[in-house]
Amino acid sequence: MAEDSIITDEMKAAIGVESEPSVYEIEKEPIRRWAEAIGDFNPLYRDEEYAKSKGYRSIIAPPGFLGNYAFPVKAGAGPRRGFSSPFTRMLNGGNEYDFFKPVQAGDTITAVSRLAELREREGRLGKMLFIINETVYKNQDGEIVAKARGTGISY
Amino acid sequence: MADQIYWEDVDVGTDVTPLEKNPTPQQLVRWAGASGDFYQIHYDKDFALGNQLPGIIVHGALKSAWIGQLLSDWVGEKGMIKTYGISYRGMDVPGDTLTCKGTVTKKYTEGDEHLVDCEIWLENSKGEKTTPGTATVALPSKG
Repeated sequence: MAEDSIITDEMKAAIGVESEPSVYEIEKEPIRRWAEAIGDFNPLYRDEEYAKSKGYRSIIAPPGFLGNYAFPVKAGAGPRRGFSSPFTRMLNGGNEYDFFKPVQAGDTITAVSRLAELREREGRLGKMLFIINETVYKNQDGEIVAKARGTGISY
Repeated sequence: MADQIYWEDVDVGTDVTPLEKNPTPQQLVRWAGASGDFYQIHYDKDFALGNQLPGIIVHGALKSAWIGQLLSDWVGEKGMIKTYGISYRGMDVPGDTLTCKGTVTKKYTEGDEHLVDCEIWLENSKGEKTTPGTATVALPSKG
């Protein structure tokens, strides 16, 4: 690796380390607000009786809703990170989701994240650090409902 | 809502029904509130310019949510999104017309599931694919 690599030993040591589990209650109103914010008026995300008529226990969360919990209310500090980036600016580079089970209001979701990969690249905005995080979401029955992989670009 | 689509209805090359979005700065603020992402590049022009950006830009995760809507609307209530992933290659700005699109690239079965792979993307009003990706969805079968 080049001598001027921005990936330090501290960063390398953070790769693969799992976060403490974060536990979230899935509630109806945040789902409705989220769906309305994107302009998605699917009744499955709004109308509990309708969702029940389709076999769900309550309204369900739209795809990607779980990504919200990268921004927890409690800390207000954004995604947790086990190292410090040399840069302060951030862009979202990409998101991937795998879905296994519907997420319904009333579920309790436990999320565990880990830093999967770090890459550095020279781009239009100068030196950039690609930070790839993976999160596994389980419901109250211990079933994996979704997995997410996100790429943050620090520059 | 559109009629339920079935696996037998699609072939390689079939288009995913497009979804058009016309984001405003207000929608970005609304999204910030709903998602908890209050990074200033999405609503504070001076801050965005100071970050070497062209102005306030649309949240990547909002574009991801729209792609989720594109796929959910298309597969209908009997279908299921198995996976999708997108890359934010180009920035999108409020005031532009953004369209989520997709096309079927593969059709197959796996176990008892009837699956379809798609190329998906979001394009701006110039037709530039700012946000390309792929998806796999399960569709109901008439069989």
